[in-house]
Amino acid sequence: MQINYQNLKTEEAIMNIFKLLKNYDVKPEGIENFISRRDAFEKLVGLGKKAAFAAIPLSLAGVAANNKASAQSATSEDLADVLNFALTLEYLEAEFYTMGLDTNGLIPAGKDHSIIELIKFHEVHHVDLLKIVIDSLGATPVSKPDFDFTAGGAFNPFGDYQQFLALAQAFEDTGVRAYKGQAGNLISNGDLLTAALQIHSVEARHASEVRRLRGLKGWILQDQRGEGMPAQTQAVYNGEDNVVQGGVDVTTVSLVGADGVTESFDEPLNKNEVLTIAGLFIV
Amino acid sequence: MSKTSKSNVETPLVSRLNGSRRSFIKYGGATLAASGLLISGCEHLEQILPDKGMGKPEGHPRTVNLGRGDTGILNYAYALEQLEAAFYIEVVNMPYNGISDEEMVIMEDLRKHEVAHRDFLKAALGDKAIISLTFDFSTVDFSNRHSVLSTAKTFEDLGVAAYNGAGRLFESADLLLIAGKIVSVEGRHAAAIRSVLDEDSRSFAGSDVIDGNGLDRAFKPGKVLEAASPFILNKINANQLPKS
Repeated sequence: MQINYQNLKTEEAIMNIFKLLKNYDVKPEGIENFISRRDAFEKLVGLGKKAAFAAIPLSLAGVAANNKASAQSATSEDLADVLNFALTLEYLEAEFYTMGLDTNGLIPAGKDHSIIELIKFHEVHHVDLLKIVIDSLGATPVSKPDFDFTAGGAFNPFGDYQQFLALAQAFEDTGVRAYKGQAGNLISNGDLLTAALQIHSVEARHASEVRRLRGLKGWILQDQRGEGMPAQTQAVYNGEDNVVQGGVDVTTVSLVGADGVTESFDEPLNKNEVLTIAGLFIV
Repeated sequence: MSKTSKSNVETPLVSRLNGSRRSFIKYGGATLAASGLLISGCEHLEQILPDKGMGKPEGHPRTVNLGRGDTGILNYAYALEQLEAAFYIEVVNMPYNGISDEEMVIMEDLRKHEVAHRDFLKAALGDKAIISLTFDFSTVDFSNRHSVLSTAKTFEDLGVAAYNGAGRLFESADLLLIAGKIVSVEGRHAAAIRSVLDEDSRSFAGSDVIDGNGLDRAFKPGKVLEAASPFILNKINANQLPKS
């Protein structure tokens, strides 16, 4: 359904959101598991060593079996594509923080170091988890790309801590937008969707913390990348100034003003937009 | 008392509302007054005026039925956003003793964001929206920093877990996306509150909320509403919400 956001009155907007609701009212509950729970479980058990450090959530062990199958249901291939896309981003983040922590004297000891260490810990575990889940879908996890975090010499993140933090902010804010943009593609599988959302909010916590470490607020004002962010990172923030949600111009129904509204809603990026940003750092 | 020099930090938003303790009720009213578009475009004023039950008629607030399907989930979110908005409105109206400039800005920002979420959800739901709920913050000492920030931490972490758990209940991908736009902001809040409140610099994504796989929490509505129920005087009926 096409909505012209510009000339929409609020009343129409509200009707539109209910049209959206209606469009999705009927969703047949077929049962169409692409692989059996037993298969998925066996695959997970087969990966015992890898999985030993942290139990995989039970819901994910039965990831295929619990599929909320419907006419719009994605195939396991579609789902694996989404997860492989997420995996690429997690590789990027994990390697970035690992290299930063491996660079002597880059990250100040104490508060900064323990924050970056925790973020790295999460990203490394996101990589491991995604690989296992992609495996359990019967697909092959993509291999780690080669990264160049200088983006061909434009940045010096491992020689300049402020640049390291700036790129960390860009990666985390991108991660939030990337997962958000993929949520709809996982809607046919409740367990995968939930896991993706559980990663998404962790990325948001990281983003907030890194931004605050840089002296910014934890949330994004308008489409501003914030002080000290290189101009090349602007693509990470384009579109964050949207104030229309589901056809409702939120500035017309709330007193908080446009700035407050833009801070209140994070916007998604699609796969191509994300890969364009990440592509700067992929050799 | 909690009167500090911070009262001069009041934004135009607050000053339009007057500083009474119960001003979150009036805040709802002011929102309506400002949204002339909505009122003039709507024949049924009773749909958008604050519910008369707000003032505890006969001492017992009405039971609220969230409804079914995606509407029910949006109402569930609307109930939680009402709770958060009402809380931060109180916090900003009477900042706790010794609040720092940074903390005051965070509290004002969080109030803005939760009010925006609340107002948006109300508008999106239209005549399907539940009434304005009645809250009980008597367990919170609004003059005490730790009491206020601990409550904020509870609410923000709970909001994250609520949206994470509710995502799979949506039928509409468009509404799922909107919920996604809100939940990451709640995650940003949770991290900020934790980082000003807690000694441990890793608390922003601490192991009390993030598991060994690097996953945040995801709660079912029943668990969330149980955790929120001490603060909500209305009885909330979530029986018709989707189960999976």
